[in-house]
Amino acid sequence: MALLAGCASTDKSLYDELGGQATVAKIVDNFIHEIEYDQVMFAYFAESDIDRFRSKLNEHLCFLADGPCAYTGDTMAQVHAGMNISEGDFNHGVDLFIAAMDKANVPHPLQNRLLAKMVPTRQDIIYL
Amino acid sequence: MRILQKRTLQRALGTAVLAVSMMGQAWAADGKLIATAGLTQVEGSGGGGIVPWATISGYDSRDQISAGATVTRVDVSDFRLSMLGASLSLYDKVELSIAQQRFEIKGAGVDIKQNIVGLKYRLYGDVVYDTWPQVSVGLQHKKLEDGDVAGAVGAKNNSSGTDFYVAATKVHLGAIAGYNAVWNLTARATKANEMGILGFGGVENNDYQVMLEASAGILFSRHLAVGLEYRQKPDNLGLGEDDWMDYFISYIPSKDFNLTLAWAKLGTIAGAPGQDGLYLSLNGQLW
Repeated sequence: MALLAGCASTDKSLYDELGGQATVAKIVDNFIHEIEYDQVMFAYFAESDIDRFRSKLNEHLCFLADGPCAYTGDTMAQVHAGMNISEGDFNHGVDLFIAAMDKANVPHPLQNRLLAKMVPTRQDIIYL
Repeated sequence: MRILQKRTLQRALGTAVLAVSMMGQAWAADGKLIATAGLTQVEGSGGGGIVPWATISGYDSRDQISAGATVTRVDVSDFRLSMLGASLSLYDKVELSIAQQRFEIKGAGVDIKQNIVGLKYRLYGDVVYDTWPQVSVGLQHKKLEDGDVAGAVGAKNNSSGTDFYVAATKVHLGAIAGYNAVWNLTARATKANEMGILGFGGVENNDYQVMLEASAGILFSRHLAVGLEYRQKPDNLGLGEDDWMDYFISYIPSKDFNLTLAWAKLGTIAGAPGQDGLYLSLNGQLW
């Protein structure tokens, strides 16, 4: 038990490796910027409260990256219900998210690890 | 009059540009992550270089179609293989491909031509997003246009044959020190000698046999992949036909284009040992 605790305390979380709140906030801001200039994606956000989106996505990424946050927003299924997001549009969104990470200077291996944490949410996002 | 003509022309051009751009929006398939559509293998199917994969060759997602073209050359000690291929991918579900191979025996002035029609159907899964691998079944129907050499080396059938395969492919995000890894495993039922260039079946064996083929690679960025492949082959003719392998490096600057350079180790072909050499493949997505 002590050994396990020791392990956990020396292993940095993905959140810490990314650079914590500062980097995550930068990724989210960049992502919102990408969406604003993208016809396909912007249509999905036309009626969204961007400030709420910003704060909940910060929380969600922090939570997914094993950071010290709880996610207090709606479930992914609730958020995307009725949007009928196609697989192609979803993958386009991933391309924009990658661009957002690139612009936040997130190294390629950390990008992949964050994406891997996000992958399980896909089934609660597309074709709802 | 002139002004009227000019306006009409402008309007016509405007309509044409609009039509093309609308077509582009409906058809421009970019619905997969870059590098996850894979390449086109030497018989025209979506794959690695010598192994057909479970991936559907274009960047189409389930709402899109795409088409691509490929040119490949393999140059080993005594032989040269050129391949021209084209493929149509429908809704990330079905892949239709055609390919023409030209196999040249260097210094002998002999050219063997083979045409291949391929069909692939995705049974299950998404190569990136599902927990389990993407699985597809496919066939490659091969028509040997020049069967004289095949007949001379003892092929039972020197005109045509069909390979059947099942393939499983998976991309693991961030799996190796944060880099994406890809693997593929294919089982192929075949009677083909040297892919069919030397006909189908022979004195040693004239039945379908199941051959295993595998690929593994790492993506060092969104644009650069390196890996290796292995392809087991039968020896129906008793000429010591060897398994094939290659080490590849792929550069994928955009979803529209990729370039693969490989070192191919093809072993003994038609009794001539040590057939190693360069493999170069260019692949473009047309829409």
